Amino acid sequence: MYPPYKPTLLRSPRKPLIVLPHTLSEVTGPVYGHGDISETDNDLTRQHDGEPLGERITVSGRVIDDNGRAVPNTLIEIWQCNAAGRYRHHVDRHAAPLDPNFSGAGRTLTDGQGRYFFTTIKPGAYPWQNHPNAWRPAHIHFSLFGTAFCQRLVTQMYFPDDPLFPFDPIFNSIPDEKARKRLICKFEMDLTKPEWSLGFRFDIVLRGREGTPFESKR
Amino acid sequence: MKAKGKKPELIPFPSQTVGPYFQIGLSRPEPTSQIAPPGVPGERLKLVCSVFDGQGWPLNDALVEIWQANANGKYHHPDDRQKKPVDPAFLGFGRMATNNEGICVFETIKPGRVPGPGKNPQAPHLTVSVFARGVLKRMATRIYFAGDAANEEDFVLARVPKARRNTLMAQPVPGEPGTWRFDVHLSGKQETVFFDV
Repeated sequence: MYPPYKPTLLRSPRKPLIVLPHTLSEVTGPVYGHGDISETDNDLTRQHDGEPLGERITVSGRVIDDNGRAVPNTLIEIWQCNAAGRYRHHVDRHAAPLDPNFSGAGRTLTDGQGRYFFTTIKPGAYPWQNHPNAWRPAHIHFSLFGTAFCQRLVTQMYFPDDPLFPFDPIFNSIPDEKARKRLICKFEMDLTKPEWSLGFRFDIVLRGREGTPFESKR
Repeated sequence: MKAKGKKPELIPFPSQTVGPYFQIGLSRPEPTSQIAPPGVPGERLKLVCSVFDGQGWPLNDALVEIWQANANGKYHHPDDRQKKPVDPAFLGFGRMATNNEGICVFETIKPGRVPGPGKNPQAPHLTVSVFARGVLKRMATRIYFAGDAANEEDFVLARVPKARRNTLMAQPVPGEPGTWRFDVHLSGKQETVFFDV
Protein backbone atom coordinates (compact mmCIF):
# COMPACT_ATOMS: atom_id res chain seq x y z
CA MET A 1 0.00 0.00 0.00
CA TYR A 2 1.18 3.54 -0.74
CA PRO A 3 -1.45 6.05 0.51
CA PRO A 4 -0.38 8.95 -1.74
CA TYR A 5 -1.44 6.70 -4.66
CA LYS A 6 -5.05 6.61 -3.56
CA PRO A 7 -6.50 3.45 -5.10
CA THR A 8 -3.88 1.38 -3.26
CA LEU A 9 -5.83 1.96 -0.03
CA LEU A 10 -8.60 -0.50 -0.85
CA ARG A 11 -6.66 -2.69 -3.24
CA SER A 12 -3.66 -3.79 -1.20
CA PRO A 13 -3.56 -6.83 1.04
CA ARG A 14 -2.92 -6.18 4.71
CA LYS A 15 -1.82 -9.67 5.60
CA PRO A 16 1.72 -10.84 4.85
CA LEU A 17 2.35 -12.84 1.71
CA ILE A 18 2.91 -16.53 2.28
CA VAL A 19 6.25 -17.72 0.98
CA LEU A 20 5.78 -20.37 -1.68
CA PRO A 21 8.77 -22.58 -2.44
CA HIS A 22 9.07 -23.06 -6.17
CA THR A 23 7.41 -26.13 -7.63
CA LEU A 24 6.82 -27.08 -11.23
CA SER A 25 3.85 -24.69 -11.15
CA GLU A 26 6.08 -21.69 -10.41
CA VAL A 27 9.03 -22.53 -12.67
CA THR A 28 6.91 -22.95 -15.79
CA GLY A 29 4.82 -20.39 -17.66
CA PRO A 30 3.34 -19.65 -21.05
CA VAL A 31 5.75 -19.94 -23.96
CA TYR A 32 5.22 -17.94 -27.11
CA GLY A 33 6.71 -18.35 -30.56
CA HIS A 34 7.40 -16.21 -33.56
CA GLY A 35 3.99 -17.17 -34.93
CA ASP A 36 2.47 -14.96 -32.23
CA ILE A 37 4.31 -11.84 -33.45
CA SER A 38 3.86 -9.89 -36.66
CA GLU A 39 6.42 -7.80 -38.45
CA THR A 40 5.31 -4.37 -37.28
CA ASP A 41 4.55 -5.42 -33.72
CA ASN A 42 7.81 -3.95 -32.40
CA ASP A 43 7.62 -0.78 -34.50
CA LEU A 44 4.82 1.40 -33.18
CA THR A 45 5.53 3.99 -35.88
CA ARG A 46 4.59 1.61 -38.71
CA GLN A 47 1.23 0.26 -37.61
CA HIS A 48 -0.90 2.70 -39.61
CA ASP A 49 -0.96 4.32 -43.03
CA GLY A 50 0.83 7.42 -41.83
CA GLU A 51 3.47 8.10 -39.24
CA PRO A 52 2.61 9.18 -35.71
CA LEU A 53 3.58 12.66 -34.54
CA GLY A 54 6.30 12.98 -31.93
CA GLU A 55 9.93 12.36 -31.24
CA ARG A 56 10.93 9.02 -32.82
CA ILE A 57 12.88 6.82 -30.40
CA THR A 58 14.28 3.34 -30.21
CA VAL A 59 14.16 1.45 -26.94
CA SER A 60 16.44 -1.52 -26.70
CA GLY A 61 18.01 -3.66 -24.05
CA ARG A 62 18.61 -7.10 -22.69
CA VAL A 63 16.49 -9.21 -20.37
CA ILE A 64 18.49 -11.20 -17.83
CA ASP A 65 17.68 -12.95 -14.57
CA ASP A 66 19.29 -12.20 -11.25
CA ASN A 67 21.86 -14.89 -11.86
CA GLY A 68 23.01 -12.94 -14.90
CA ARG A 69 21.58 -15.40 -17.40
CA ALA A 70 19.92 -14.16 -20.56
CA VAL A 71 16.16 -14.71 -20.79
CA PRO A 72 15.74 -15.74 -24.44
CA ASN A 73 12.58 -15.98 -26.55
CA THR A 74 10.37 -14.34 -23.99
CA LEU A 75 7.38 -12.15 -24.77
CA ILE A 76 7.61 -8.43 -23.99
CA GLU A 77 4.49 -6.33 -24.35
CA ILE A 78 4.48 -2.55 -24.11
CA TRP A 79 1.80 0.13 -24.12
CA GLN A 80 1.94 3.88 -23.90
CA CYS A 81 0.17 7.15 -24.60
CA ASN A 82 0.93 9.25 -27.67
CA ALA A 83 3.24 12.26 -27.90
CA ALA A 84 0.44 14.52 -26.64
CA GLY A 85 -0.12 12.44 -23.52
CA ARG A 86 -3.33 10.67 -24.59
CA TYR A 87 -4.04 6.94 -24.52
CA ARG A 88 -6.19 5.30 -27.15
CA HIS A 89 -8.57 4.04 -24.48
CA HIS A 90 -12.16 4.96 -23.68
CA VAL A 91 -11.32 5.74 -20.05
CA ASP A 92 -8.78 8.44 -20.96
CA ARG A 93 -10.53 11.83 -20.94
CA HIS A 94 -7.43 14.04 -21.09
CA ALA A 95 -8.11 17.01 -23.37
CA ALA A 96 -5.26 16.20 -25.72
CA PRO A 97 -5.61 14.94 -29.28
CA LEU A 98 -5.61 11.31 -30.30
CA ASP A 99 -3.20 10.48 -33.10
CA PRO A 100 -4.89 8.48 -35.88
CA ASN A 101 -1.50 6.96 -36.69
CA PHE A 102 -0.69 5.70 -33.22
CA SER A 103 -2.21 2.81 -31.28
CA GLY A 104 0.43 2.68 -28.56
CA ALA A 105 0.81 -1.10 -28.30
CA GLY A 106 3.86 -3.19 -29.15
CA ARG A 107 5.14 -6.69 -28.60
CA THR A 108 8.25 -8.64 -29.36
CA LEU A 109 10.21 -11.73 -28.39
CA THR A 110 13.71 -11.46 -26.99
CA ASP A 111 16.36 -13.10 -29.16
CA GLY A 112 18.67 -15.93 -28.08
CA GLN A 113 20.75 -13.51 -25.99
CA GLY A 114 17.74 -11.90 -24.33
CA ARG A 115 17.91 -8.77 -26.50
CA TYR A 116 14.90 -6.81 -27.65
CA PHE A 117 14.24 -3.75 -29.74
CA PHE A 118 11.30 -1.35 -30.14
CA THR A 119 10.79 1.71 -32.32
CA THR A 120 8.16 4.13 -31.07
CA ILE A 121 7.63 7.80 -30.26
CA LYS A 122 8.38 9.40 -26.94
CA PRO A 123 5.19 9.41 -24.86
CA GLY A 124 3.99 12.70 -23.37
CA ALA A 125 3.32 13.52 -19.74
CA TYR A 126 -0.36 13.66 -18.81
CA PRO A 127 -2.58 14.77 -15.94
CA TRP A 128 -4.53 12.31 -13.83
CA GLN A 129 -7.07 12.69 -11.07
CA ASN A 130 -5.14 11.29 -8.11
CA HIS A 131 -4.64 14.67 -6.39
CA PRO A 132 -4.80 18.34 -7.44
CA ASN A 133 -2.52 19.06 -10.41
CA ALA A 134 -1.29 15.48 -10.60
CA TRP A 135 0.84 14.67 -13.67
CA ARG A 136 2.45 11.39 -14.65
CA PRO A 137 6.02 11.55 -15.88
CA ALA A 138 6.48 10.18 -19.40
CA HIS A 139 6.58 6.40 -19.25
CA ILE A 140 6.14 3.20 -21.24
CA HIS A 141 4.41 0.21 -19.61
CA PHE A 142 6.37 -3.05 -19.88
CA SER A 143 5.00 -6.56 -19.37
CA LEU A 144 7.30 -9.59 -19.31
CA PHE A 145 6.55 -13.27 -18.86
CA GLY A 146 10.09 -14.51 -18.46
CA THR A 147 10.14 -18.27 -18.78
CA ALA A 148 8.22 -18.99 -15.60
CA PHE A 149 5.25 -17.92 -13.49
CA CYS A 150 7.63 -16.70 -10.78
CA GLN A 151 9.33 -14.31 -13.23
CA ARG A 152 6.18 -12.47 -14.34
CA LEU A 153 6.79 -8.73 -14.21
CA VAL A 154 4.74 -5.70 -15.12
CA THR A 155 6.49 -2.39 -14.66
CA GLN A 156 6.98 1.05 -16.20
CA MET A 157 10.00 2.56 -17.93
CA TYR A 158 10.76 6.24 -17.37
CA PHE A 159 13.00 8.71 -19.21
CA PRO A 160 16.10 10.43 -17.81
CA ASP A 161 15.85 13.73 -15.93
CA ASP A 162 12.06 14.00 -15.85
CA PRO A 163 11.11 16.98 -13.66
CA LEU A 164 7.91 15.19 -12.58
CA PHE A 165 9.67 12.38 -10.68
CA PRO A 166 9.45 13.99 -7.21
CA PHE A 167 5.72 14.56 -7.61
CA ASP A 168 4.59 11.19 -8.94
CA PRO A 169 3.13 8.79 -6.36
CA ILE A 170 3.32 5.84 -8.72
CA PHE A 171 7.07 6.27 -9.35
CA ASN A 172 7.56 6.92 -5.63
CA SER A 173 5.49 3.91 -4.56
CA ILE A 174 8.82 2.08 -4.85
CA PRO A 175 10.35 2.90 -1.49
CA ASP A 176 14.01 2.43 -2.39
CA GLU A 177 15.55 5.23 -4.44
CA LYS A 178 18.07 2.92 -6.10
CA ALA A 179 15.26 0.59 -7.13
CA ARG A 180 13.27 3.51 -8.57
CA LYS A 181 16.27 4.57 -10.62
CA ARG A 182 16.46 1.14 -12.23
CA LEU A 183 13.23 1.99 -14.02
CA ILE A 184 14.81 4.99 -15.76
CA CYS A 185 16.23 4.16 -19.17
CA LYS A 186 19.54 5.60 -20.33
CA PHE A 187 20.12 7.74 -23.37
CA GLU A 188 22.76 6.13 -25.59
CA MET A 189 24.40 7.66 -28.60
CA ASP A 190 25.31 4.14 -29.78
CA LEU A 191 21.62 3.25 -30.04
CA THR A 192 20.81 6.58 -31.69
CA LYS A 193 20.34 6.26 -35.44
CA PRO A 194 21.71 9.17 -37.48
CA GLU A 195 18.98 11.24 -39.10
CA TRP A 196 16.35 8.91 -37.66
CA SER A 197 15.81 8.25 -33.94
CA LEU A 198 17.11 8.83 -30.43
CA GLY A 199 18.22 5.66 -28.67
CA PHE A 200 17.47 4.60 -25.11
CA ARG A 201 18.75 1.52 -23.32
CA PHE A 202 16.55 -0.33 -20.84
CA ASP A 203 18.09 -3.56 -19.54
CA ILE A 204 15.65 -5.53 -17.40
CA VAL A 205 16.42 -7.96 -14.58
CA LEU A 206 13.84 -10.63 -13.69
CA ARG A 207 14.00 -12.68 -10.55
CA GLY A 208 15.62 -16.06 -10.99
CA ARG A 209 13.83 -19.34 -11.00
CA GLU A 210 15.87 -21.06 -8.31
CA GLY A 211 16.96 -20.16 -4.85
CA THR A 212 15.13 -18.70 -1.93
CA PRO A 213 12.22 -16.47 -2.72
CA PHE A 214 12.94 -12.89 -1.87
CA GLU A 215 11.71 -11.19 1.17
CA SER A 216 9.08 -8.78 0.11
CA LYS A 217 6.74 -6.35 1.67
CA ARG A 218 3.74 -6.50 -0.51
CA MET B 1 13.66 -6.93 -2.69
CA LYS B 2 16.51 -9.31 -2.61
CA ALA B 3 19.36 -10.32 -1.98
CA LYS B 4 22.37 -9.69 -0.06
CA GLY B 5 25.57 -9.98 -2.03
CA LYS B 6 23.97 -9.50 -5.44
CA LYS B 7 25.58 -7.00 -7.75
CA PRO B 8 23.28 -4.01 -8.15
CA GLU B 9 22.84 -4.74 -11.83
CA LEU B 10 21.45 -8.17 -10.93
CA ILE B 11 18.74 -7.10 -8.51
CA PRO B 12 15.29 -7.87 -9.92
CA PHE B 13 13.40 -4.85 -11.17
CA PRO B 14 10.56 -3.43 -9.10
CA SER B 15 6.97 -3.82 -10.26
CA GLN B 16 4.63 -0.99 -11.10
CA THR B 17 0.88 -0.95 -11.45
CA VAL B 18 -0.67 -1.90 -14.80
CA GLY B 19 -2.71 1.29 -14.50
CA PRO B 20 -6.12 1.83 -16.10
CA TYR B 21 -5.06 1.39 -19.73
CA PHE B 22 -3.55 -2.09 -19.78
CA GLN B 23 -6.04 -3.35 -22.33
CA ILE B 24 -4.13 -1.43 -24.99
CA GLY B 25 -1.10 -3.62 -24.51
CA LEU B 26 -2.30 -6.82 -22.86
CA SER B 27 -5.21 -7.74 -25.10
CA ARG B 28 -3.31 -10.21 -27.26
CA PRO B 29 -3.14 -13.07 -27.76
CA GLU B 30 -6.86 -12.48 -28.18
CA PRO B 31 -8.61 -12.29 -24.84
CA THR B 32 -8.13 -15.88 -23.91
CA SER B 33 -11.17 -16.94 -21.97
CA GLN B 34 -10.80 -20.34 -23.57
CA ILE B 35 -7.83 -21.93 -21.84
CA ALA B 36 -8.85 -25.34 -23.16
CA PRO B 37 -10.57 -25.46 -26.55
CA PRO B 38 -13.33 -28.06 -26.94
CA GLY B 39 -11.92 -31.52 -27.42
CA VAL B 40 -9.00 -31.14 -25.01
CA PRO B 41 -9.12 -34.20 -22.75
CA GLY B 42 -10.21 -33.61 -19.18
CA GLU B 43 -13.14 -32.66 -16.98
CA ARG B 44 -14.51 -29.45 -18.45
CA LEU B 45 -14.91 -26.45 -16.18
CA LYS B 46 -16.40 -23.03 -16.47
CA LEU B 47 -14.55 -20.86 -14.00
CA VAL B 48 -16.22 -17.61 -12.96
CA CYS B 49 -13.66 -15.29 -11.31
CA SER B 50 -14.62 -12.11 -9.47
CA VAL B 51 -12.26 -9.49 -8.08
CA PHE B 52 -13.26 -7.28 -5.11
CA ASP B 53 -11.63 -4.43 -3.21
CA GLY B 54 -11.39 -4.09 0.57
CA GLN B 55 -14.95 -2.82 0.85
CA GLY B 56 -16.37 -5.61 -1.24
CA TRP B 57 -16.83 -3.53 -4.39
CA PRO B 58 -16.16 -5.36 -7.63
CA LEU B 59 -13.23 -4.14 -9.75
CA ASN B 60 -14.15 -3.41 -13.35
CA ASP B 61 -10.51 -2.74 -14.22
CA ALA B 62 -8.65 -5.85 -13.09
CA LEU B 63 -6.75 -8.36 -15.20
CA VAL B 64 -6.69 -12.06 -14.28
CA GLU B 65 -4.12 -14.46 -15.72
CA ILE B 66 -4.25 -18.22 -15.26
CA TRP B 67 -1.53 -20.81 -15.83
CA GLN B 68 -2.29 -24.46 -15.43
CA ALA B 69 -1.26 -28.03 -16.22
CA ASN B 70 -3.24 -30.36 -18.46
CA ALA B 71 -5.42 -33.20 -17.21
CA ASN B 72 -2.33 -35.39 -16.90
CA GLY B 73 -0.69 -32.92 -14.56
CA LYS B 74 1.84 -31.82 -17.17
CA TYR B 75 2.70 -28.25 -18.10
CA HIS B 76 3.17 -27.23 -21.72
CA HIS B 77 6.69 -26.04 -20.99
CA PRO B 78 10.17 -27.35 -21.85
CA ASP B 79 11.21 -27.53 -18.19
CA ASP B 80 8.42 -29.97 -17.35
CA ARG B 81 10.34 -33.16 -18.06
CA GLN B 82 7.65 -35.59 -16.90
CA LYS B 83 7.05 -38.40 -19.33
CA LYS B 84 3.42 -37.50 -19.88
CA PRO B 85 1.67 -36.35 -23.04
CA VAL B 86 1.11 -32.69 -23.88
CA ASP B 87 -1.71 -31.55 -26.11
CA PRO B 88 -0.60 -28.98 -28.73
CA ALA B 89 -4.09 -27.44 -28.58
CA PHE B 90 -3.70 -26.75 -24.87
CA LEU B 91 -1.15 -24.13 -23.89
CA GLY B 92 -2.60 -23.73 -20.40
CA PHE B 93 -2.70 -19.94 -20.31
CA GLY B 94 -5.68 -17.63 -20.05
CA ARG B 95 -5.96 -13.89 -19.60
CA MET B 96 -9.09 -11.81 -19.17
CA ALA B 97 -10.00 -8.34 -17.98
CA THR B 98 -12.93 -8.13 -15.58
CA ASN B 99 -16.20 -6.70 -16.87
CA ASN B 100 -18.37 -3.98 -15.31
CA GLU B 101 -19.53 -6.46 -12.67
CA GLY B 102 -15.95 -7.33 -11.79
CA ILE B 103 -16.25 -10.76 -13.37
CA CYS B 104 -14.26 -12.72 -15.93
CA VAL B 105 -15.03 -16.23 -17.12
CA PHE B 106 -12.63 -18.94 -18.26
CA GLU B 107 -13.41 -22.18 -20.07
CA THR B 108 -10.94 -24.87 -19.20
CA ILE B 109 -10.37 -28.38 -17.87
CA LYS B 110 -9.51 -29.48 -14.38
CA PRO B 111 -5.74 -29.89 -14.18
CA GLY B 112 -4.20 -33.14 -13.03
CA ARG B 113 -1.90 -33.38 -10.04
CA VAL B 114 1.61 -32.08 -10.60
CA PRO B 115 4.63 -33.16 -8.56
CA GLY B 116 5.36 -31.44 -5.27
CA PRO B 117 8.48 -31.42 -3.17
CA GLY B 118 7.46 -34.42 -1.06
CA LYS B 119 6.21 -37.84 -1.97
CA ASN B 120 2.67 -36.63 -2.61
CA PRO B 121 1.83 -34.77 -5.77
CA GLN B 122 0.14 -31.41 -5.32
CA ALA B 123 -3.63 -31.17 -5.33
CA PRO B 124 -5.18 -29.96 -8.60
CA HIS B 125 -4.68 -26.21 -8.79
CA LEU B 126 -4.33 -23.29 -11.16
CA THR B 127 -1.84 -20.48 -10.61
CA VAL B 128 -3.31 -17.01 -10.78
CA SER B 129 -1.93 -13.50 -11.27
CA VAL B 130 -4.13 -10.50 -10.52
CA PHE B 131 -3.31 -7.01 -11.77
CA ALA B 132 -5.23 -3.74 -11.52
CA ARG B 133 -4.94 -0.01 -11.26
CA GLY B 134 -3.88 0.67 -7.70
CA VAL B 135 -2.30 -2.77 -7.34
CA LEU B 136 1.42 -2.09 -7.11
CA LYS B 137 2.62 -5.53 -8.07
CA ARG B 138 1.27 -8.72 -9.53
CA MET B 139 -0.67 -10.54 -6.83
CA ALA B 140 -0.02 -14.27 -7.06
CA THR B 141 -2.49 -16.81 -5.74
CA ARG B 142 -3.79 -20.30 -6.50
CA ILE B 143 -7.19 -21.79 -7.22
CA TYR B 144 -7.91 -25.17 -5.65
CA PHE B 145 -11.18 -27.10 -5.86
CA ALA B 146 -13.33 -27.30 -2.75
CA GLY B 147 -14.00 -30.86 -1.70
CA ASP B 148 -11.10 -32.43 -3.61
CA ALA B 149 -9.68 -35.14 -1.36
CA ALA B 150 -6.14 -34.31 -2.48
CA ASN B 151 -6.38 -30.89 -0.80
CA GLU B 152 -5.76 -32.62 2.54
CA GLU B 153 -2.24 -33.61 1.53
CA ASP B 154 -1.25 -30.55 -0.50
CA PHE B 155 1.97 -29.06 0.78
CA VAL B 156 1.11 -25.48 -0.24
CA LEU B 157 -2.27 -25.54 1.51
CA ALA B 158 -0.49 -26.94 4.55
CA ARG B 159 1.52 -23.70 4.73
CA VAL B 160 -1.66 -21.63 4.83
CA PRO B 161 -3.40 -21.04 8.17
CA LYS B 162 -6.44 -23.28 8.26
CA ALA B 163 -8.87 -20.41 8.72
CA ARG B 164 -7.69 -18.81 5.46
CA ARG B 165 -7.54 -21.90 3.22
CA ASN B 166 -11.09 -21.37 2.03
CA THR B 167 -9.96 -18.19 0.27
CA LEU B 168 -8.07 -20.45 -2.16
CA MET B 169 -11.03 -22.71 -2.94
CA ALA B 170 -13.17 -22.47 -6.03
CA GLN B 171 -16.71 -23.45 -5.07
CA PRO B 172 -19.15 -25.37 -7.27
CA VAL B 173 -22.08 -23.22 -8.37
CA PRO B 174 -25.31 -24.91 -7.28
CA GLY B 175 -27.52 -26.01 -10.13
CA GLU B 176 -24.82 -25.42 -12.75
CA PRO B 177 -22.79 -28.60 -13.12
CA GLY B 178 -19.21 -27.92 -14.19
CA THR B 179 -19.35 -24.26 -13.16
CA TRP B 180 -17.07 -23.09 -10.36
CA ARG B 181 -16.82 -19.72 -8.73
CA PHE B 182 -13.62 -18.15 -7.42
CA ASP B 183 -13.60 -14.79 -5.63
CA VAL B 184 -10.46 -12.70 -5.19
CA HIS B 185 -10.58 -10.20 -2.33
CA LEU B 186 -7.58 -7.91 -2.60
CA SER B 187 -8.13 -6.67 0.94
CA GLY B 188 -10.72 -6.65 3.70
CA LYS B 189 -12.18 -9.30 6.01
CA GLN B 190 -12.15 -12.01 3.38
CA GLU B 191 -8.70 -11.11 2.04
CA THR B 192 -7.45 -13.81 -0.31
CA VAL B 193 -4.19 -15.57 0.50
CA PHE B 194 -1.46 -14.22 -1.76
CA PHE B 195 1.92 -15.83 -2.23
CA ASP B 196 5.45 -14.58 -2.42
CA VAL B 197 6.71 -16.66 -5.34
